[in-house]
Amino acid sequence: MADTGMKQTAAGPDLSEAFRSPVSRPPSAWQKNFDSGFKYVAHAFGAGVVLLLAAVVFEVMRHAKTAIADYGLGFLTSSTWDANRAQFGILAEILGTLYTSVLALCIAGFLGVTIALVLSQGFVHRRVELVMKNVIELLAAIPSVVYGLWGIFVLVPLVRGPAGWLHEHFGWVPFFSTRLSGPGILPASLVLSIMILPTVTAISREAMAAVPKRLAAAAYGLGATRWEVIFKVTLPTAVGGIFGALVLGFGRALGETMALAMLVGNANVFGLSLFSPGNTLAALLANHFPEAGAVEVGALMYAALVLMLITLTVNALGSFIMLRTTRELKGLG
Amino acid sequence: MAQAAPNSPNLTERRSSFNRSLAEPRTLVNTGLTVLAVGLSVFAMFPLFSVLYMLLLKGAVSLKLSLFTELTPGAGMEGGGIGNAIVGTLVVVLVSTAIALPLGFMGAVYLAEYGGESKLATVARFCAKVLTGLPSILAGVFAYALVVVTTGSFSALAGGAAMAVLMVPTVMLTSESALRAVPSKMKMAAFGMGATRAQVVLRIVIPTAIPGILTGVMLALARALGETAPLLFTGLFSDYWFEGKLLEPIASLSVLIYNFAGSPFEHQVSLAWAASLVLVAFVLVINVVAQVATRRPEEH
Repeated sequence: MADTGMKQTAAGPDLSEAFRSPVSRPPSAWQKNFDSGFKYVAHAFGAGVVLLLAAVVFEVMRHAKTAIADYGLGFLTSSTWDANRAQFGILAEILGTLYTSVLALCIAGFLGVTIALVLSQGFVHRRVELVMKNVIELLAAIPSVVYGLWGIFVLVPLVRGPAGWLHEHFGWVPFFSTRLSGPGILPASLVLSIMILPTVTAISREAMAAVPKRLAAAAYGLGATRWEVIFKVTLPTAVGGIFGALVLGFGRALGETMALAMLVGNANVFGLSLFSPGNTLAALLANHFPEAGAVEVGALMYAALVLMLITLTVNALGSFIMLRTTRELKGLG
Repeated sequence: MAQAAPNSPNLTERRSSFNRSLAEPRTLVNTGLTVLAVGLSVFAMFPLFSVLYMLLLKGAVSLKLSLFTELTPGAGMEGGGIGNAIVGTLVVVLVSTAIALPLGFMGAVYLAEYGGESKLATVARFCAKVLTGLPSILAGVFAYALVVVTTGSFSALAGGAAMAVLMVPTVMLTSESALRAVPSKMKMAAFGMGATRAQVVLRIVIPTAIPGILTGVMLALARALGETAPLLFTGLFSDYWFEGKLLEPIASLSVLIYNFAGSPFEHQVSLAWAASLVLVAFVLVINVVAQVATRRPEEH
C-alpha cells in the first residue's frame, strides 16, 4: 500500500495492487454479467406471482364466458340446478354461502375476541398463554376434510337432540321451523366457526397487543377494574383491528369447501331454518365438478367466478382495514 | 405529606376504596366476566381434543402393517389399506413443491433484495396477499381449466398445479420476511469487500435465512397435505398404485377420506378414520417441527 501511494498520479492513487489482492477486488466481467442476469431472473419471478393471479382470474373468466352469455344475470336470481335440462341458477347457493358464513362469524367472532382478550390482557400466566395460543393455532392445522368426518359422526348426533327439542317447543320461530334430519345449516356453520376461530383469534389478539400499554396503565391508575379497562380502553382502541379480523375471518368462511360439502346437505334450496339442508357455492363446485359434462362445467365456472368476486372483495376490504388501523395506531405509540 | 393531611378530610374514606369488597357490584362483574372469559376459552379448545380423541378411538383400531401396504378396497369388500393414497398424497405434494418452491422462493428474493418499495414489488406483494385468501377450491377450478381441459384427463400433474397455487404465496411471504431479517451489517460487509449483489444474495443472505425459509416451506407443505378441495376434480382418485405416470388420476389421503366418509359400508368408514389419523399425524408433526425450529428465545 505504501508503494502504490508513492506512485500517485493526477487521476488519484493507483489501487491496482489492492485490486489484485484476494481479499477485496472489483467483480470480474463474468461476475458482473452474472449479477445483472440474476437481477433480471429475480425480477421475472417477482412478476411471476402477479401473472399467476392474473392467470387464475383469466382462466376462470375464459371458461365462464359462454355460460355468462347464455344465462346472463338470471343465473344469479334463480335456484334451479338441472344439468339434463341445462337450467342453472345459484341464488340458493349465494344466500346459503352468506348465511352459513354469517352464522359462523357470529360464533367465532364472540369466542375469538374473548380468547384474544384472555391471551393478551394478562389473565393467565405467560406459559399458560403460550400453550393456549398453540392449541388454538393447532385448530387451524386439522385438515377441513377431517372436520367434515368429525362433523358427520360426532357433531350431528350431538346437536340432533337439542335441535329436536327446539323444533318441538319453538317451532314457530323461523330459525327452528324444520326438523334436523342429519346434515344441515347448523352443523355446517358450527364446524365453519371452529375453522375460522384461529384466524379471528390471532388477528384480533395482535390488534389488542398493539394497544400501547400506558393507555391501560393510565386507566388502572385511576382505579378502573380489569374489565372496565377492557371495555373502555382496550376494545375501543383496538376496534379497527378487531373489525379487520372479523372481515378476514368472514372471507375465509365464504370460501371454505370440504366441511360444508360434507355437512350442509347439498340441497338446492334456501330457508331461514337452522336445521334445514342447504348449499353453498364452494360445496356446489365440490359436489358437481367431478362428474360434470361440458355444459355444466361452463355453469360451474360462472359460479366459481361469482365466488371469486365475493371472496376477493371481502379479503381486499379486510386487508385495507388492517392497513389503515396499523397506521392510525402509530400516532398513539 | 403530614402537612397535606389536614387539607384532605376525605383521605380515610378514599383509602377504603383500595380494599374493595368482593360483594361490591364492580368487583362482582369483574370476577364474573373473568370466569366467563376463561371458561369460554377452555370450551373453545374442546373441538380439537374431541377430534384427536375420536381419531385415536376410531382410527387406531385399523393401524396394522397392511394399512400402509395394500390398495383401497372396493365397495363392500373387506381388508385392504390406504397405501396407494399415502403414496399419491406424497407424489402430489412433491409435484406441487417442485412448481411452487422456485416461484415462491425467487419471488421472495426479488421482494426482499431488489423490489424494495417499487411499483412492481408493491403489486407483487399485494397479489401474493390476495392469493393467500383465495379459496382452495378455486385453485382447483384454475388447475382444471388449465391442465385437465388441455390434457383431456384428470391427473397428478393437475393436482400438483392446484396445490402449487396455494403454496406459492405462503412460501413467498414467509421467505421474504426471513430474507429481510438478515442483518444489514453482514450485507454491508460483503458489499464493502467488492461483492456483487448476486454474490451477496447467494452467499450471505440466503444461507443465513435458510432456517426461516425452511419453516415457511414446511408450513406450506403441512397445509397442502390436508387440502382436499383442489384435488377433487384435478387428481380425482385411483384405486391403483402410482406407476410414474403424472398424467393419470392419482389417489390421495384427503380425497379418500371424503369419498369413504359418506360410504354406506362400515369398513370404508373405518378406513376413512384411519386415513384421517395418518393425515393428522403427518400434519401435526410437520407443524410442531416447524414451530420448534423457529421459536426465538424471547418468545418464551
